[in-house]
Amino acid sequence: MAGYPIELIVMQLFTGLALGTVFVLLAVGLSMVFGLLTVVNFAHGAFYTVGAYTGVFLFGLTGNFWVCLVGVPLVVGTIGLVVERFLVRPLYGRGIDYPLLLTFGLAYVLVELVRIAFGTSGVPFSAPPSLQGALNLGFGYFPLYRVFLVGFTTVLLIGLWLFIERTRYGLVIRAGARDPEIVRVLGIDVSRVWLLVFGLGTAVAGLAGLLAAPMRGVIPEMGIPVLVEAFVVTVVGGMGSLAGAVVAGLLVGVVVSMTSLFAPAFADMSMFALMALVLVIRPQGLFGRAGLMGG
Amino acid sequence: MATKNSRTERLATNDIPISGRRVAAALHAVARHRVLAVLVLLAIFPWLMPYKALAVDILLYGLFAMGFNLIFGYTGMLSFGHAAFFGTGAYATGIAMVHFNVPWFGAMALGLVIVAAVAAVIGLLATRTRGIYFAMVTLALGQLVYYAVYQMTELSGGENGLRGIQVSELSVLGVPVNLLDPVNKYYFMLAFIGPAIWVFSRILASPFGAVLEAIRENENRARACGYNVAQTKWVAFLLSGLFCGVAGSLSAIHLSIVPIESLHYHTSGLAVMMSLLGGMGTFFGPFIGAFVFLLLEDVITNITVHWQLFLGTLFVLFVLFLPKGIWGTLLERLGR
Repeated sequence: MAGYPIELIVMQLFTGLALGTVFVLLAVGLSMVFGLLTVVNFAHGAFYTVGAYTGVFLFGLTGNFWVCLVGVPLVVGTIGLVVERFLVRPLYGRGIDYPLLLTFGLAYVLVELVRIAFGTSGVPFSAPPSLQGALNLGFGYFPLYRVFLVGFTTVLLIGLWLFIERTRYGLVIRAGARDPEIVRVLGIDVSRVWLLVFGLGTAVAGLAGLLAAPMRGVIPEMGIPVLVEAFVVTVVGGMGSLAGAVVAGLLVGVVVSMTSLFAPAFADMSMFALMALVLVIRPQGLFGRAGLMGG
Repeated sequence: MATKNSRTERLATNDIPISGRRVAAALHAVARHRVLAVLVLLAIFPWLMPYKALAVDILLYGLFAMGFNLIFGYTGMLSFGHAAFFGTGAYATGIAMVHFNVPWFGAMALGLVIVAAVAAVIGLLATRTRGIYFAMVTLALGQLVYYAVYQMTELSGGENGLRGIQVSELSVLGVPVNLLDPVNKYYFMLAFIGPAIWVFSRILASPFGAVLEAIRENENRARACGYNVAQTKWVAFLLSGLFCGVAGSLSAIHLSIVPIESLHYHTSGLAVMMSLLGGMGTFFGPFIGAFVFLLLEDVITNITVHWQLFLGTLFVLFVLFLPKGIWGTLLERLGR
């Protein structure tokens, strides 16, 4: 690390954490849906794209970023509800590959609809004026928007955690993930829980798209690298584990930002090296339960 | 196999009309001499197509989807990273010809060796996982290869792809052949793809092929029967990668360029789409899938730039209502 001032390294560490929070959001949505429905949503990246573009649209309409922050998850979550109810639901019990294949095809449809509505080239989207500028963290200046991103995601995750761990509805969700049969026997409509969780997962994906838009740009193809990133984080953290998603997301973010500082040519590849390492040492992921991978 | 028994029973109870039975008998004959049937069809195929370059495309992507089908349809492992083998085959062959002046057959052989190495490593990592994890890991490792080749700008041409593969005068057994002529090109490709189809058929008919299907039907039972499941999966993955590598290698000669997209996630997705449209786990399915897919793409792109909307919708409809694909459904309806 000779030749690199310590401030630069700390700054890059923070950049990694900010990037990591987006990864965390993506992986949480994916992991939650999988944990309960055992459905891998291959359209996760497409919902992320739809989220970013819905943000562009709502921002153009209202000029208010905070309205987008509420509106985007509502819109994308609603699309998710429709998708679960009419497309994914008929496939339950038909083998684990079918929902995956369906969402894979659906991603093409969603992205093409985005292209039809907003054109094939990217659109500009910048952070709202109140979040522009930089914040002095003591060791250097850091973009205010990224500080906001870390803070907002933390609050959101705590909220999500409280919802799942501390509310009656969360109790049903956890029980449904453990043993849907028994939950059904106890007189609870599991399919309504599944509907809600799928909607919640897609809403979080859409929100991640909106939050990442000022940092990573808005183009119709933005969802593909994101889908891969979400998968890498989920494999590293362990499928179906919220704690795994958080730790792995931040870890991947830091690894990517550190390699782009020390060895820029390998920045795109570093996360895969991390994933390969985890697969060799601990195939079920850092926080995953053994046996879950059987699917 | 219980499903096969019930099919023959249905045939015996005469619950399908006479004409149906006649068609079924014809299909039966086709299925028994499947390699011969394919070769006869493929020999006259270019003259059945609107233009001959499309016939070459269908041949190449059919081989690609067939190789993919070995792992997806026959072993039951859904891979989203097979572009890594198609693209590596194309790049390795192309780079050997452009940068090192290796003659085409040497370049193809070299391409296969490199594909085998890549498939062996990816297979070793990916077959440690099962189910949907396998889909996610193959996708991620496939993208790793994409980024790696993207970065090797000196050799691969990076974003612009690899250009300048000379195919206007290839020496085939001492005879110069101009591959810019589409008919020459088609039969040149068929000279490789024909034997590949035969080898594929042999693999399926072998005891090894039976173990693959046993793993697909019930992995634990196959293991309990004493088969080395982990090793079989790895070998199947390797073989599947090799078939896709041959397709990629030929595509480098076909296009005389290698676009970076040949390594992209979308190319892996093509194999998935074609296999499912045609019928996964069937011998003819991937070729029929490639045929339908490329023909539709050709027609629809002439009408609208948003062809992905139509193909995506079609794919979703197939998953919902025709999961066995065109050929698979046909076989089922007529009682194989």
